[in-house]
Amino acid sequence: MDLKYTAEELIFRDQVRRFLAEKLPRDISEKVAGGHAIRAEDYTRWQKILHEHGWGAPSWPKQFGGAAWGPVQLHIYDEEAAAAGAPRTIPFGLKMVAPVIMAFGSPAQQQRFLPRILSGDDWWCQGYSEPGAGSDLASLKTRAERRTDDEMGDHYLVNGQKTWNTLGQYADWIFCLVRTDPHAPKQQQGISFLLIDMKSPGITVRPIITLDGAHEVNEIWFENVKVPVANRVGEENKGWTYAKFLLGHERANIAGVGASKRELKRLKNIARSEIKNGRPLLADPLFAARVAQVEIDLMALEITNLRALAAEAQRHAPGPEASVLKIKGTEIQQTLSELMMYAVGPYALPFQRESSDEGDLRSLVGPEYAAPLAATYCNYRKVTIYGGSNEIQRNIISQMILGL
Amino acid sequence: MDFNFTEEQQLLADTVRRFLREHYTFEARRGILKSPQGWSREVWNELAGLGLTALNVPEGYGGLNAGPVDTMLVMNALGEALVVEPYLAAAVLTPALLTHLNDDEAASELLPSIASGERIVIVAHQEPKTRGELDHVTTRAQTTADGYVLDGYKNVVMHAGAADELLVTARTGGKTDEAEGISLFRVDPAAAGVTIKAYRTLDGQSAADIEFANLRLPATSRIGAEGKAFAAIEAAHGIALSALCAEAVGIMKAVNATTLEYTRSRKQFGQPIARFQVLQHRMADMFLHSEQAVSMSYLAAIKCTEPEAAERQRALSAAKVVIGQAGRFIAQQSIQLHGGMGMTDELMVSHYFKRLTAIDLSLGDVDFHTQRFIALTHPG
Repeated sequence: MDLKYTAEELIFRDQVRRFLAEKLPRDISEKVAGGHAIRAEDYTRWQKILHEHGWGAPSWPKQFGGAAWGPVQLHIYDEEAAAAGAPRTIPFGLKMVAPVIMAFGSPAQQQRFLPRILSGDDWWCQGYSEPGAGSDLASLKTRAERRTDDEMGDHYLVNGQKTWNTLGQYADWIFCLVRTDPHAPKQQQGISFLLIDMKSPGITVRPIITLDGAHEVNEIWFENVKVPVANRVGEENKGWTYAKFLLGHERANIAGVGASKRELKRLKNIARSEIKNGRPLLADPLFAARVAQVEIDLMALEITNLRALAAEAQRHAPGPEASVLKIKGTEIQQTLSELMMYAVGPYALPFQRESSDEGDLRSLVGPEYAAPLAATYCNYRKVTIYGGSNEIQRNIISQMILGL
Repeated sequence: MDFNFTEEQQLLADTVRRFLREHYTFEARRGILKSPQGWSREVWNELAGLGLTALNVPEGYGGLNAGPVDTMLVMNALGEALVVEPYLAAAVLTPALLTHLNDDEAASELLPSIASGERIVIVAHQEPKTRGELDHVTTRAQTTADGYVLDGYKNVVMHAGAADELLVTARTGGKTDEAEGISLFRVDPAAAGVTIKAYRTLDGQSAADIEFANLRLPATSRIGAEGKAFAAIEAAHGIALSALCAEAVGIMKAVNATTLEYTRSRKQFGQPIARFQVLQHRMADMFLHSEQAVSMSYLAAIKCTEPEAAERQRALSAAKVVIGQAGRFIAQQSIQLHGGMGMTDELMVSHYFKRLTAIDLSLGDVDFHTQRFIALTHPG
């Protein structure tokens, strides 16, 4: 038993470091390091740089233009990229729909969609949740009925509403779970997986402004939207299988250890600059103990993550232990955002919201690092809710691991 | 990066576990606890027969030189069975101390009989007004014409009553909280000038406070260089801390399994209480805690022999914090989920609870190690 990387892995890490030092645009890494909003064009610019280098899709197999890295290499990349201040990967295209298209899509779908995901030319978003279907996703109601007409040929007529759609305002495409058989004996059985062009007539994107004042999520309405049958992935009414497959892939890097390490560093820098009772806040015994607690929890999570990774590298895809990583990872993210906000004290109160559309809003009052903290704290309430709420994760642990 | 155990390590773990399952049942343990001395020399000899007392002794001194990962696996199993024999004290801490002392003569004299299980040697180091820090020593050894005179007080020395011989730390120089000036002495527990006040600790184990009053020792009783014992004391306590973390992990896994089993069989409102989501989520949290504890026990085993002191101590402190907190949560919730049955002496769960509680209070509690972690993370 040891925690060391192999010589090959260390060489790979050096390559990643060199690449990041040379190619990661400074204006983007500064935003990430300062906790500022990242614009859609920043994400796309970075994706194109990665793609040029052949690293556009680290986890994809070579045949689809991926780098085909193993779990340990992916982990090393995630760690280094997070430390260097690279923006997170927007998962919807690269990590969510692409694996589904590779596993279940037709060759035509693979040729049409995968290269443009890889190159950053298409922005994808997710159409899963509905007002009445959150944790109970299989109860979704958005209807897709088979039709034929001269203009479209064989197609589905889609009607319904999706919600909590992340960054769909920039999206070229949406992958959707729709109900194709409302009479199926089990609700999981009547669902299909459709790829829908966001420019299709009948689609309306309505912003949902969240508690931090940001426009990150949307409602999407479908009114008689025509979707060619050729845009269905796999078989009709088998969509739930693909959806579960996709949720399994959502779990890669679910612990977010690299990003949390970077945020811990930011927290410490803030707490070194802030003064309490005439000395740095980081030297205050109460605050120092809180910081130490989250640092120690993060150390434990890092090893837990490596254990899961080693198991994955040895034999199989991530299992239910990913739920442990999700729960602990998101709790740590929330604690870090909370401590950062409390670190700046009263200067957390002036609400200096940034919008990813408006660009950087530098602080009007107080230290510059204080500006985004309260908004981020508010925004980060989401992390224990999305991707399967932490309560659902506890259900998974008790059912799949404890056998209850 | 590798989290696998070798075949030999697996075999070792299986052997210990099988032995304990067969010979160290709840009833057998209860019998041992009721005996006047509170531990069993017979069991000790059996553990020695399995080679366990030789595990932490170097090969040159009749041992197996197995290392912290093997020790971890053994401690997992001893934890699961709540073994009350002085394994941690006599077969981990003492050999680690003697190994790090650079005194070949003392090592040659003591280690072979420790490895064989014949001799139980206990380190008496902790004193009142300490709670984890290792350099606080007020016991004094004054130099005389032909040796030393020892005066001082050691407290809550685990298994001191079982000792054939004590290794006592005392100051031959330096101030109370200095690393410099601490020496180590071989002491016969039956000698005039040694008063042992033995008692049981909350988890049923045996311990004692020891007073040294005008204890005359020959010069040859000092082992290691005079005033230079601290580095070895510190290194040995790191290795013991890793082993203690592993014991806790063994208990946590066992108590979680016991609790799961109990909630499956206990029926209320016409169904097993394990069906209730509030209990399922509690047990999911207990599992989360034990997973984090396993991770940190691994880290402790890997880092407890790290030569760089700050890195070693920082990792060990982080591990003890996680294990202390996880142990407390799991211990408390296991009783809660057992309901009234958790309050009885009749089930293993209350005994697990007490041992986990004792472990947090041993070798520095959560607060001590949090503070040490902070001091090492942000020096100055």
